[in-house]
Amino acid sequence: MLKNRIIPCLDVKNGRVVKGINFVDLKDAGDPVEQAKIYSDGGADEICFLDITASNENRDTIYEVVEKTSKKCFVPLTVGGGVRSIDDINKLLNCGADKVSINTAAVQNAKVVEDSSRKFGSQCIVVAIDAKRKDDGWEIFTHGGRNPTGINALEFASKMEKCGAGELLVTSMDKDGTQSGYDIELMQKISSMVNIPVIASGGVGTLDHLVDGIKSGASAVLAASIFHYGTYSVNEAKQYLASKDIPVRI
Amino acid sequence: MDVTIVDYKSGNISSVINSLKEVAKDKVNIEVTSDLNKIKSSDKVVLPGQGSFKSCIDGLNSINGLIDTLSEFTLYTKKPLLGICVGLQMFADVGYEEVETKGLGWISGKVSKIDNQDGKYKLPHIGWNQINIAKESKIFKDIENNSHMYFVHSYEFIPEDNSVIAATTDYSSNIVCAVEKENIFGTQFHPEKSDKIGLKIIDNFIKL
Repeated sequence: MLKNRIIPCLDVKNGRVVKGINFVDLKDAGDPVEQAKIYSDGGADEICFLDITASNENRDTIYEVVEKTSKKCFVPLTVGGGVRSIDDINKLLNCGADKVSINTAAVQNAKVVEDSSRKFGSQCIVVAIDAKRKDDGWEIFTHGGRNPTGINALEFASKMEKCGAGELLVTSMDKDGTQSGYDIELMQKISSMVNIPVIASGGVGTLDHLVDGIKSGASAVLAASIFHYGTYSVNEAKQYLASKDIPVRI
Repeated sequence: MDVTIVDYKSGNISSVINSLKEVAKDKVNIEVTSDLNKIKSSDKVVLPGQGSFKSCIDGLNSINGLIDTLSEFTLYTKKPLLGICVGLQMFADVGYEEVETKGLGWISGKVSKIDNQDGKYKLPHIGWNQINIAKESKIFKDIENNSHMYFVHSYEFIPEDNSVIAATTDYSSNIVCAVEKENIFGTQFHPEKSDKIGLKIIDNFIKL
């Protein structure tokens, strides 16, 4: 039986780990390679790096981080943030990333998703959707949650599936950093609409939130703070999910 | 000993390289190449494969003489070869991803899309699933039945002869996830991404 995945996410800026609270207020805390190794040794099903380096001159730091990590961690590694082109994807994959997550570029030009999934295979193309509640739906944002687009999140999710995305990483901007749980309704709506796996993200504060995320229909749950600040270990999270009859790899 | 990873510019093989280097340490020489002479003279070959069946076959075909060299290595000199993911799928006679595409024909069978049962099963089949070991395979030495391996694929290899099946995994149906036919080995899952247990499979292959 296919197990539900737990994916710890590390926000990386200028080659160092930080964690954003509502996309601002960053706290520095460590070496991404060591952190990733701790997670993979602790039973993480995948590792996710989100590169939030703003300046172009420091952009190359992520390649070095990915290269070092992939020599130490033998679980899948997803890298996102600032991925603009086929060339960026190629570089990250060559450094040892297994999947690349695309956000702004996918919104601006869906062809990037089409072309890259054809060139590298859908299995390594993750489309990251940052969604915020608006009226009775959700609007997607780009540029790390700074720019509204007027685009409906559900329609966009469906479009990305058709373009060849292998997975959708769905982050609720209303919930991100609040530790009050995923936006369950958003996860339910998108999971039931698409036939590709959905990774729920944004808002985890307790282990029950992970349970709720899986019950919403997501194939995987992503969390940063609860693991990063040591509130829970990945193993504790898995044991808890198992105790709630959710299939996980232990 | 020389182990060659076939580099035919199809998909991302850095994880395969990293994992083999990790297992090999300094004991085994790992080459990443499409040089036909190097492939011929190596002791073992790893054939990775990512992307579609067609794109991988096209990749092999784009290097003059590569398929013949690999077939000779496998079918005549009978040295060990390990296919990973689409690397395994290409053993088949034919694949149906994108368009009908002729495979290497080393193990009779076809590669078809996994039946998602009207959306009940999401595709790609991504994540950790357990393997049911169907026969004693040399690459499963010290691997426990029901071990978790990392999968990512939408197509499955359906061999004509069930005796080549080394393991299956349960997703929509019993999907063939490992084969062994004489010196030919293949895994649908990614041992290079399956943590310590996956590295053990690579170690078993290197030690054959």
